[in-house]
Formats: sequence, C-alpha cells, structure tokens
Amino acid sequence: MQKMTREALLEKARELLSSGKVSAVLGWKKGEFDYDVTPAVFDSVDALEDFVWGDFCGANLSKYLIKETKKHRVLVFLKPCDTYSMNQLLTEHRFEREQVHAVGVPCDGMADINLLRRKAGEGIVSVDSIGEEIKVETLYSDEPVIIDRREVLLERCVNCKSKKHAAFDELLSDAGEDSSSDRFQDVEKLESMTPDERFEFWQNELSRCIRCNACRDVCPACTCETCVFNNPSSGAENKAPVNSFEEQMFHIIRAFHVAGRCTDCGECARVCPEHIPLHLINRKIIKDMNAFYGVFQAGAEVGAKSPLLDYTVSDIEPGAVFDGRDHDA
Amino acid sequence: MQRIGVFVCWCGSNIAGTVDVQAVSDALKNEPGVVFSTDYQYMCSKTGQDLIQDAIKAHDLTGVVICSCSPRMHEATFRKTVAAAGLNPYMLEVANIREQCSWVHKDIKTGTQKAIVLARAAIAKVHLNAPLTPGETPVTKRALVIGGGIAGIQAALDIAEAGFPVDIVEKKPTIGGKMAQLDKTFPTLDCAACILTPKMVDAAQNENIRIFSYSEIAGISGFVGNFSVQIKRKARFVNEDLCTGCGACVEKCPMKKVPNEFNLGMDNRSAVYIPFAQAVPKVAVIDPDACNMLKNGKCGLCAKVCTAGAIDYKQRDEYIDEKYGAVVVATGFEPISLQKFDEYAYNSSKDVITSLEFERLTNAAGPTAGKLLRPSDGKHPEKIVFVQCVGSRCDGCSEKGKPYCSKICCMYTAKHAMLTRDKYPDTEVYVFYIDVRTPGKNFDEFYRRAVEEYGVHYIKGAVGKVTPENGKLLVQASDLIDNKQLLIDADLVVLAAAIEPDKSARPLATQLTASMDTNDFFTEAHPKLRPVESPTAGVFLAGACKGPKDIPETVSEASAAAAKVIGLLVKNKLTGNPCVASVDALLCSGCSACQNVCPYGAITYEEKEFRMPDGVKMRRAASVNPAVCQGCGCCTVACPSGAADLLGFTNRQIMAEVDAICR
Repeated sequence: MQKMTREALLEKARELLSSGKVSAVLGWKKGEFDYDVTPAVFDSVDALEDFVWGDFCGANLSKYLIKETKKHRVLVFLKPCDTYSMNQLLTEHRFEREQVHAVGVPCDGMADINLLRRKAGEGIVSVDSIGEEIKVETLYSDEPVIIDRREVLLERCVNCKSKKHAAFDELLSDAGEDSSSDRFQDVEKLESMTPDERFEFWQNELSRCIRCNACRDVCPACTCETCVFNNPSSGAENKAPVNSFEEQMFHIIRAFHVAGRCTDCGECARVCPEHIPLHLINRKIIKDMNAFYGVFQAGAEVGAKSPLLDYTVSDIEPGAVFDGRDHDA
Repeated sequence: MQRIGVFVCWCGSNIAGTVDVQAVSDALKNEPGVVFSTDYQYMCSKTGQDLIQDAIKAHDLTGVVICSCSPRMHEATFRKTVAAAGLNPYMLEVANIREQCSWVHKDIKTGTQKAIVLARAAIAKVHLNAPLTPGETPVTKRALVIGGGIAGIQAALDIAEAGFPVDIVEKKPTIGGKMAQLDKTFPTLDCAACILTPKMVDAAQNENIRIFSYSEIAGISGFVGNFSVQIKRKARFVNEDLCTGCGACVEKCPMKKVPNEFNLGMDNRSAVYIPFAQAVPKVAVIDPDACNMLKNGKCGLCAKVCTAGAIDYKQRDEYIDEKYGAVVVATGFEPISLQKFDEYAYNSSKDVITSLEFERLTNAAGPTAGKLLRPSDGKHPEKIVFVQCVGSRCDGCSEKGKPYCSKICCMYTAKHAMLTRDKYPDTEVYVFYIDVRTPGKNFDEFYRRAVEEYGVHYIKGAVGKVTPENGKLLVQASDLIDNKQLLIDADLVVLAAAIEPDKSARPLATQLTASMDTNDFFTEAHPKLRPVESPTAGVFLAGACKGPKDIPETVSEASAAAAKVIGLLVKNKLTGNPCVASVDALLCSGCSACQNVCPYGAITYEEKEFRMPDGVKMRRAASVNPAVCQGCGCCTVACPSGAADLLGFTNRQIMAEVDAICR
C-alpha cells in the first residue's frame, strides 16, 4: 500500500482544477481489473471519480505532457523516478515548463503484476493492498492469497534510484532521499558471461519480441516527430522480426537512440508483454558511460549536457574500448 | 538513372602490381548505371585527365568514379578535371584502391576483389550524389604562432614582414625557447645568443608582432580563416607595461633559493626573477610558489624598491579572446626524463648530466660563467664520457625510451667533444655511439674534425653501467670494434637524452583537431609534398613539434610555414566546403542535441510553421547556417531523430555504400 492516500492526491487535483490554475490533470485510472491501471487525462472535477492511486500506478506520466501541454495547463502527479523523465524532456525542449504544475508524490515502490501472478496464480479478480501485504483473490481459489508486497515490487523499485524528486512545483510530503541501489548488478552478471553465453542470452530474450512497439511507445525518450521505424526513407523502417538479426537490430537501434538520454525509468521492461529485460541494454550503456565519462544521471537537472553531447579534454580516447582496458579503472 | 564512367588508375605499379586493373575495369562495366569503364597508367597525368574529360563528353556522363589513390591525395585534382568537362565537381567519387587496397594486400586475387568491392560502393554512392555549390567565407587577416622558440620567432617575423599582424603565445616568461639555452651552434659554431637574441629583439620591436609571454592557449574553436582563440595570460604579478627590467627587485628579493629553470636547476634564482639577461620581454616575474608575500603576505620588498611601481601582488590571470585566420604550431621539444635510466646514475650522481645541462655549464651566462666545472665539487673534469642515444632508438624497451632517432645528438655531442678539447686540451674525451649519423651540409666534415683534429675517442659500443665511486664515475662499456670491455674512471658523464614533443602538444592537438603520431609529434598533411601543413586546414607546423630537428631545418620550416600562412592571409575569401549539414525540419523534434555538439555555432533554433493534416502547427526546429558549417558531421550523429544529414555524405549515401559492400 502506498502511504500517501488517494484522497490527498484527489484533494490537490480538485483544488487546482476548480481554481482554474490547471485545466487538466494527468493521473491514473482503473482498467478492467484492479491492477490494470492506465494513465489518464481528467479535465473536470467530476471526471476525477475514476482517478486511482495505489501499488499499480507504475506508469510514468511525463511523456504525456508533450501532447497535453499543447492543449492545457496540466497538473501532473510524478513519482520521484518520473521527475527525471520530465527534466530530460524539458532539456530537449519538448514542452513548456510553464504549462506544467508538477506535484511530487512520494512512492513506496510499485508492484509488478507479473511477479504477483507468479505467486498468486492466474485468474486474478481482485487485488487489495493493506500495509505491506497484498490480498489477491483469484478465480481458482476460495481463499484470498496473502503476499508480501516487498516480494512483488517492480525490478526498478527494488533497485530504486531515488526517493527524491528531481523537479516539482510542490510536494505532497517531505522531500525524500537518494537511495543507494545495486542497479548495475544484473549488468555485471551479463558482463561476466562469455560473448557466446551473452549472445545466447539475448538471442533467447529477443527472440520473443513480437514488435508490438510498446517499449517504444511508452519510452519517455522516444518522442521523435517521426520514428525512424515508421519513416520509409530512413532505411531502418520495417526492421521487423523477419529474421533473428533484424529483431535484435530494432532493440539495438533503440538503445543507441536513447543513449545518454535514458533516465533508466524502466518503463520499457515494465510494459513488455514478452517480459524481455530491455532495461538491461540501456543500463549497460549507462554503466559504460559512467565508467568512461564519470557518473551522469540523465534528467537529474534541466539543461545538463549528456557526456555523449559534450566534450572535455579529459574524455577517454575512443580507442579505450578496443584496447580492452578495464572500464571501471 | 545516372550515366556513370569508371576510371581505374594503375598508379604505375603501385596499384597495378597488386590489383588486376583490367579485371576491375571489366567487372565494373556490368554495374548498374555504368556506361563506360576503362583503366590507365597514370590517371592524374595530363593524358589521364584528358581521357576522363573526353569520356564525359563522348558518353554524356553524369557521374564519375575514379579508382585510384586516397581522395586526400587527388580528389581535388579530379574534381577540377570533371568540372572542366562541364560536370558538377561533386558528381565525382574516388574509390581508394591504393592505400586501402593494393598497399595493404599482397595477393593479386584478394586485391582485385577488394578493389571491385570498393568501386561498387563508390558507384552506389554516385547514384545518390547531387550537384553541390560551395559558398565563400571571409578570412581574418591575423596569424597566431604557438610557441616562441626559434621556429615561432622566425615564422612570426616572416609573416609580419609580409604585412600581417601576428601574435606569439609563449608559455615561458620569455621567448627564445631551447635555443636561448644553447652555447654554440653546429656546424659553424656561432654562439646561439649572438644569432638568436637579435631576432628576439626584432620580434619585440616589429609593430605587426604582439608577444604574449607567460601565456597559454585556453581554447580554440573555428576553422581555416576564422579561428577563435582564447589566450590565458598567467599572472606574473608585475605590470608588463611599467616594468623597465632594471632588476632592482631581483637583487633585493630575500628568497634566493629557488632552483633556476633556465640553468636546469644547476644554480638558484630569486622568487622574483628575469629568466636571463637578454629575455624578451625583459620584464620580471614573481614565482607564486616561492614568493613570501604571495604565500603569506609577509615581505613586499620588491614593491618597495620598484621605482616604476610595476609590482602588483593582486594581479590575476587574464583571458584575451582574439580571431585568427591561420595558426602556426611551433611547440618544440623537451629532453626526456631520465628517471628510468638508473644504469647511468643520473639520479644518484651530480656529475652525470644531460647534454642540455652541459650546454649551460659551458655557456658564459651559465651557472659556472662558462668554466667547465664538475657540479659536485667545482673541480675541472679531466676525463669526460659522452653517451649517445640515451632513450633514443630504443628497441623493445619503449617503456623506457623512444623508438626514433633524436637526430640532433650526434652533432651536438661532436660539438661538445670538440669544444672541450679545444678549450681544455688536457681533458680526455670519449664518445660512445651506436652509429654516428651526420648527414647535412658540412656536418660530416664537422664530426671528422672532432675525431681527426681534436683527438676525441669515438668508440662504437654501449655504456652498460655508471657507478659513482670515490669521487669518480666508473664507466663500464663495451668496444664493439675491438671486441673488448672497457672500464673508464671518468670525472663527468654526459648523457645525450632523447628528445620528445613538449607536453603541451597533445592537448593542443586535440583542441586544434590536428592529428599526431604515436609519439605525439604532429603529422604533416603529406610528409613530402605538404611538410609544413597539418591535415587540418589553416593549421601549419614548424620545427621540432613534428619530429626531431636541428636549427637550420627548424628555421627553414618556420619560413616555409610562414609562406603558407601568407598565401592564406592574402586571400579575401575562401571557397567553402559545400558538404555541409542540413536539417529536415519535418523530422526535427527541437531537442537541441545538434546545437550542443556543433563546434562552429552553425545551428540555430526557431519556431517554424508546419502544415500538417490536422492544421498549421508551430514547432521549434533547427536550421544550419551553411556559411558557418564546416561539414564535420557531429550533428548528424547526435541527432536522435535522424533529421540532420550531411550533404555529399548523406545517411542514404553511406548506407548505399555499405549495402554495396555487403552485397
């Protein structure tokens, strides 16, 4: 359960909507099931009835600001990790800051429905969070299953990078703190594999890709006017899974596309219907960049230059990669 | 569809020796769009060029592919050729089948195959080529010379004589460089000071020359004809305009125990000092690491005695921004550190010295007023051993020394040996060498005089170990000609340390985007035909910054570089490169990535109007100023949306080349 209540968020939304300070609220609404929470735009106090806040509000709302700020002044609820995406989008001039009223919501970690399913089984009909427990009712059992919330957190919440909002107009709670996470541990595991093992790992993961484009569509760094994969003259169009090489190319092109801009928000992996750990590709690039150019967190501040778009005399020589020099040195 | 002509050059046997040129030409006849294909012995010759021009006319060619040497060599030549026949010069592509093919392959079959593949890529590219027209840029008529040694001084004087303003930036407090530290110069033995100091004064007095001494290059941007440079003038705590160089401050300064860099630490100077009597500018400088006043605010004697009121303890580093049309790099050399050469006891004995230290010991303005005395006890040395190639020509010990020959050591060691014997005939002099290399006008005669007239003992062999013992230096060496081991009890050992580029050269090269070799020497645009030009347009090279060099060579290079600079500065406009970036505004999302990486400030953003299916939209989008863009292509790789592209090297053209290679 989130310590911050739905009522607190609603109160803020009602207040700003009715005062006319904003004309729309970006939040989450319930889908068919409790866990089926989707981003939503609420343009009236009445509409707020559908507003939800809870363990399944993982969706990062930043990207929707591009579209909505063109029509409205928008109240957006942002969890700490979401604020990095907003900053990164502002760095890239994707919308006007004045069009946004950002309300920082504290976050106690969001639940991963896939992990929950694995523990509670299929046929979930209702999910109820109480404290650190999640009560799950399924079609196939009379008794609700009780699950420890901490065991079903999203990977990105287990490795939470910060409880501190990188940007906000107001906070609904006290400022949080940076968390120390071991988010590069999984990357290190991949690095310790032999090239053949690693190739097999990714071959196996990426072979499941159905090119639904969910990772691209949800990614707050993927905001091109025309995506190269949709542009007939780009040469990269239709990099569909015609063969095993091309299905990898889609993800590799995408990883390089967001390199230096990816805030590691983890939305790509969260939405992937095939459960491909796509965040690991981006995280590997972040880890390498940190080793080469010093620690850089995209979106930590508006206007910061990514090391890939910046040059300093002390930059590592590109040959270092080929020298096989120790990246962490 | 283009009508493409393919011309395969033999380059004598350079290409034809490893590539079956006839087979290449025949194979390419079947490529799509190719209507004519032939080969010729020397495509760059008059006859070769005529052949191309005739074919363009006879076959109505719209595009030309030349399979020859690197485009760096002759692309410009062939562009002129096709232009004279009425084609747009940018409808030409060069497939490099020499450097990238015949020179790196031994087997004719492989070479031929690769040549065909490279040519196919060029043909695929030409299909997508479009005519391009270059613009023009103005030239800033001012030159920058980096380094105030003899190379920099000579280059500046020559440029200034031609009527162009020129600035010298020198990191030391005075110009003069290494030559100012030398005693006599080979092979004519004129004293270095007598020929250098008048040039230093000339430079100071020339109204076209500004000298920024005790200054460094803080930043360089721009391009040929339009460099923007930031010069950092380090605080010398003395007002350069007021100081008369009288030396009263130097005399009164109580802090007299600072190692004197000019004499390589063999004597001391005061905290406020003038590097040497003939320094230009002759202005004092306060060493902030040694001055009590600057360190803890106690003293202030120099300010009290300075009648000109020039001392200024509050002086701060100052930054000057200036524009230049051309840059001459003359950063020179340094002897290598001998820390790793323990076998010669350089670190443990004061009487083991480097050749440059020997110069100071024999110089009238040096620590011993020109008397050759041992640094340890001030006694006259009776037996001197010179060791050649210390750290030069190192094979397999690159950790310690340099693979190259330092070039000047044979001559200066002959000079040192000869002058010692001349002045002190009772002193025995030994020179250990690997080879004696003395090519140069009057050089070998000079060396022979040392051996034949002055009786210097030249011994072919290596010194294995130098051991200080009872005030002597035991030199263990081998004589390779007599095949015996020698043990010499020397009083002084002089090491001819290898020379390396100045440490400031590497970061400077990075800022200039000028290329360097693995030893950090600057590389020439062409080692034979463009020896004083860097491959980076507008950057010229003079002296030891591009390889070991003696004074005559350095001076001639400086004048050559100056001639190149003058040739550039007399032009009012430079023809630009039409291969500039362009942004497809429809794809641009306005993220500013391109603007961030553009080294030339060629990209601006503005709100643009877009007519979309759902109405007219205003959106932020990038545009490129083609007059400022230099076509580096940074924006094309930084753009996350693929909106930025480089004319003449569009993403589509490059992908077409790759596809042709992978076909």
